[in-house]
Amino acid sequence: MYEGVVQSLIDELGMLPGIGPKSAQRIAFHLLAADPADVKRLAHALLEVKEKVRFCRICGNVAAEDECRICRDQRRDPHVICVVEEPKDVVAIERTREFRGRYHVLGGAISPIDGVGPDDLRIRELMTRLADGQVTELILATDPNLEGEATATYLARLVKPMDLTVTRLASGLPVGGDLEYADEVTLGRAFEGRRLLDV
Amino acid sequence: MVLYRDEGVVLRTQKLGEADRIVTILTKRTGKVRGVARGVRKTTSRFGARLEPFSHIDLQLHTGRTLDVVTQVETIRPYGEALVADYPRYTAGTAMLETADRLTVGEKEPALRQFLLLVGGLRTLVEGGHEARLVLDAFFLRSLAVAGYAPALAECARCGAEAVRAFAIVAGGVVCGTCRPQGAAVPAAETIALMIALLRGDWPAADASESRHRVECSGLVAAYLQWHLEHGIRSLRHVEREPAHPSAQFPHGSRT
Repeated sequence: MYEGVVQSLIDELGMLPGIGPKSAQRIAFHLLAADPADVKRLAHALLEVKEKVRFCRICGNVAAEDECRICRDQRRDPHVICVVEEPKDVVAIERTREFRGRYHVLGGAISPIDGVGPDDLRIRELMTRLADGQVTELILATDPNLEGEATATYLARLVKPMDLTVTRLASGLPVGGDLEYADEVTLGRAFEGRRLLDV
Repeated sequence: MVLYRDEGVVLRTQKLGEADRIVTILTKRTGKVRGVARGVRKTTSRFGARLEPFSHIDLQLHTGRTLDVVTQVETIRPYGEALVADYPRYTAGTAMLETADRLTVGEKEPALRQFLLLVGGLRTLVEGGHEARLVLDAFFLRSLAVAGYAPALAECARCGAEAVRAFAIVAGGVVCGTCRPQGAAVPAAETIALMIALLRGDWPAADASESRHRVECSGLVAAYLQWHLEHGIRSLRHVEREPAHPSAQFPHGSRT
């Protein structure tokens, strides 16, 4: 045990995900040895993120204002919505520079075993967005695991009467991998989604 | 390092650190095992989709200090792939996994009958020959029987009399007019007959049952199961009945 504030700092750091008692101690002593200006900047950033960051009222992505940067951008195609589980999925898709539409962040995936059902996600807000008829394509980009697939199946069934094009991100072999190590489900999907090689 | 090999069904997964997962597996010989699958969340993981819930797998683990580590996996049958395309069946399947997890309390205590029941239940669910909720109720009743909590359905659970009138969870099944405690449910005779059919695996009789008796049966079975587990089954709230049976949303456990 350390004295007063040092122990408090170690305890607080130890509450963070993936930080054990040893890591907390190491970070605490790094902060003690660091330049005071650097520590102040970190403290300011921590306070600012709690004060300023909120969730976009349209798509549910993290935003510094009422609406996120993507929802405010008039150049983005309003006819296509890409549905993702978490804000970090938006960042991953944005890095591809392939998608110019808008997003909808569900805030998770349907997982009955964890007690998460459709009512616990931002599905009602998605249906409200789709109700005005402006959207023509819904891209379901939930994670390619069981919960993500179940969420995609549920959404596809829900929007079926809406005359929308509903697409799901392709699944298949990762670039740079070996075929012999691919599992049966992934390889099966790669076969299902094979494309014509037009050379 | 002790290596061992077994066959099992993945019950659930939990995220661990950056790219790992803790996988709970009900195995054939070892019982319930919790193992770490390193790097499984990376797109380049050699495990791929093999360690997703519902997967029936052949796996190799090595024993660790707190958790075992999954080293190799081969798929025997990926039940999840078929279930996930049908939402009512998927929700029924998750309730099966959660129940199997709850009923096998201790880790590494062999539970062969529960394992065989789960594999059989998942296979029946995937084949789609019977309504998903019927398969789920049959699984619940038989799991309870394997765990030693089979409800008395033919004669009074307290005195053994044959003329039964009500179903009392606290008594352990059907009861006669004399033994009937306060608050016992009075289901239709057809509902009790359906429960007997499901427990025995008499599918022609179960498939011929009426929707209202199925709904009543589901409520009783869910309440009976959760009373004996002393714990709610979280997935049950999300289980959907198939469209052919729109009388769906039955409030579980509210009948007795």
